[in-house]
Amino acid sequence: MVKFEIHDLNIWFGSLHAIKHVNMEILSNEILSVIGPANSGKTTFLRTLNRLNELATNYKITGAAELEREDIRGIEIEELRRKVGMVFALPLPLPLSVFDNVAYGVRMHGERGKKKLEEKVEEALRQAYLWEEVKDRLSESAFKLSGGQQQRLCIARTLAVGPEVILFDEPCSGLDPISTAKVEDAMVKLKEKFTVVLVTNNVKQAARVADKTAFFLSGELVELDNTDRIFTAPKDKRTDGYIRGKFG
Amino acid sequence: MRKFKEFIIEKLILICGLASIFFVILIFLFLLKEGLAVFKSVNLLKFLFGKNWYPISEPAQLGILPLILGSLLVTIGAAVISVPIGVACAMYIAEVAPIKIKEVLKAGIELLAAIPSVVLGFIGMVTLVPWVKAVFKVPTGLTALSGSIMLAFMAMPTIVSISEDALYSVPKSYKEGALALGATRWQAIWHVMLPAASSGILAAVMLGIGRVIGETMAVMMITGNSAVIPHSILEPVRTLTATIAAEMGEAVVGSEHYFALFAVGIVLFVISFAINVTADLFLHKKK
Amino acid sequence: MSNSKTSQKIAFFFLFLATLLIIVPVGLIIVIIIQKGLPAINWQFLSDIPRQGMRAGGIFPAIIGTIYLVTGAIIFALPIGLLAAIYLSEYSKDNLLTRIIKLAIVNLAGVPSVVYGLFGLALFVVFCKFGASIISGSLTLGIMILPVIITTSREALESVPHSFREVSLSLGASKWQTIRNIVLPNAIPGILTGTILGLGRAAGETAPILFTVAAFYLPRLPHSILDQAMALPYHLYVISTQVPNVDEKIRYGTALVLLALVLIMNLVAIIIRYKFRKKKKW
Repeated sequence: MVKFEIHDLNIWFGSLHAIKHVNMEILSNEILSVIGPANSGKTTFLRTLNRLNELATNYKITGAAELEREDIRGIEIEELRRKVGMVFALPLPLPLSVFDNVAYGVRMHGERGKKKLEEKVEEALRQAYLWEEVKDRLSESAFKLSGGQQQRLCIARTLAVGPEVILFDEPCSGLDPISTAKVEDAMVKLKEKFTVVLVTNNVKQAARVADKTAFFLSGELVELDNTDRIFTAPKDKRTDGYIRGKFG
Repeated sequence: MRKFKEFIIEKLILICGLASIFFVILIFLFLLKEGLAVFKSVNLLKFLFGKNWYPISEPAQLGILPLILGSLLVTIGAAVISVPIGVACAMYIAEVAPIKIKEVLKAGIELLAAIPSVVLGFIGMVTLVPWVKAVFKVPTGLTALSGSIMLAFMAMPTIVSISEDALYSVPKSYKEGALALGATRWQAIWHVMLPAASSGILAAVMLGIGRVIGETMAVMMITGNSAVIPHSILEPVRTLTATIAAEMGEAVVGSEHYFALFAVGIVLFVISFAINVTADLFLHKKK
Repeated sequence: MSNSKTSQKIAFFFLFLATLLIIVPVGLIIVIIIQKGLPAINWQFLSDIPRQGMRAGGIFPAIIGTIYLVTGAIIFALPIGLLAAIYLSEYSKDNLLTRIIKLAIVNLAGVPSVVYGLFGLALFVVFCKFGASIISGSLTLGIMILPVIITTSREALESVPHSFREVSLSLGASKWQTIRNIVLPNAIPGILTGTILGLGRAAGETAPILFTVAAFYLPRLPHSILDQAMALPYHLYVISTQVPNVDEKIRYGTALVLLALVLIMNLVAIIIRYKFRKKKKW
């Protein structure tokens, strides 16, 4: 099923043309990884999908991004962001307890019942493979967890509000290999229920977890294909060059 | 329901955001409302340049030149004392003092800023005034000089802290570049840091002067309050601010005297407005 | 080379001397006031009304008057100042309006205190017909400390990391929910610091209350907010310049109480700021 459809998307920040004429589809229950060098527009693209770019004042957009055939600008922004969750590059716990971090979004969407909150928090922590590690530390400050635990806490926090799509923005850039492996495991299991879009600087990570891979360069979508094809027989020379450069 | 509540709150935030503009305008309007009435009986030139301030004689003479000169004299005196000392102190704190002493000094300067002006005025009366009287052998220590010294002291926190900020925000590479070329630390401070921070220091000086012109209580308590044109810094003077503070209590609401004091207020408002806008321009030029 | 070393030594010595010229008097002033004021301080001085034309008795009505004034000022200025700070830190864009607001704040901070007194007299005492009263004085002081509260609160709000806001928004919280639940709680120590500094400023000012509230000699407590009141700074002014033959002890004692009140507030603000910096988690 098609989750996102992008039609001729252009984005500017002031005079900087950050995304140029991008057309693509994102299918549900797949991991799409977005790769490309620094400043290729991959994070900007990701932040378009939950309209987080709009926090910048000089931001301009043309074209359309549709979530299940509905233009995202027509969806109420809080509802869109609930449906399209995001995990940031660095672990960013809020200065609250572990429990309150996961419960935060749920509360903001109006859930007050203690029982219901506890259920949702436990479910989300289990889905992020963190429950066993923190079930006795729920009232501790989230800053006391390790980096990898914090990042999985952020995943749980995103899951708790019941999203359909999860955007990952280089989620392992601050983590050691063991924590990275745990986060990757969590991502792979998540695609059973969710649509996952993963922006990564780590080409090997894309090769490990993604079903499809998109290559961005200078704001353009150069190529989008099955991950196997991208890594074995890319159609475009630039894709080939980037991947070889990264591996070699 | 939540949407509606947030809509109301955000409108309230916007209104409060605009409150500062509203209050500045309100202050100016009310000064004009009460102050412009004086120009029915005296024209603007006579008011500003009249040499006699006898507000309660019959007919009243409402020339504020002695008051303007009094303020000017005290202010110039204060600037002459406070600018070199203040900027030197800022240089010491920003560039020379060891880190531990630096914190103590900054706390001391903050402490000075916190002391109420009436307390400083009182201390000035019991220490500075007799000292000036004895040292300069004048009949009274309540002079423009005493006021200048006290006001210089009161302008220090403004001058020192803003100058220090200006010096601090000069990129470290400037100084390092000078040092790499073999300059001493002092040469780097004098020839590189000070010019680079000049617009910020200028703003600091202007804001310090603004503080001096607006200061009321201390100056009223130690300058002697004689509303005549001063001929020397060792004579009593009366400033614009002190005139308002000293006379408004006796002026009858709606009288010529009352209107005249508000007109003095307009003059003070315009001066402080001009100083603050200019200083702000200097501060923004830096960035 | 040795020549420039020598001139550096001389220059640094003069910079040090300039610093001493500022710092030493500050210390002296405080020491003198404590030394000469402390003997006057006793329970009777703090709790009695002034007697014999302020030449004896205590300063209780002035202390109470100042507390009323400061409380009134903060009740008025804190909500407006805080919301204005929220506007500047969370809502304002980088445009002309914002520039004008900031300029207005700078100007509000620079208006001479005696001009605030005139304004309070014209608006609250005469135009609003509140008379010389606690409410007129409080409102005047409130407007005067608005810039302090706005500036410090805004700094506190802006020091909350931007990423917290992004996280909250990305979870579908609205802008106000984000401010209410994430930004404000983490800015409270800074806002508190600003509020206390504003209180200290209001407590020490004389000129704005001269014609709006202050009673020369009112040896009783105010009956309502429409009543006049004595206030510590004005009382100190009165007994040091307007009333002859007041025992020096009483003057120094009054100065000490006022100074202590203001400095304690500043100290509390500094301690809050310091503790918060140490506890800061990001």
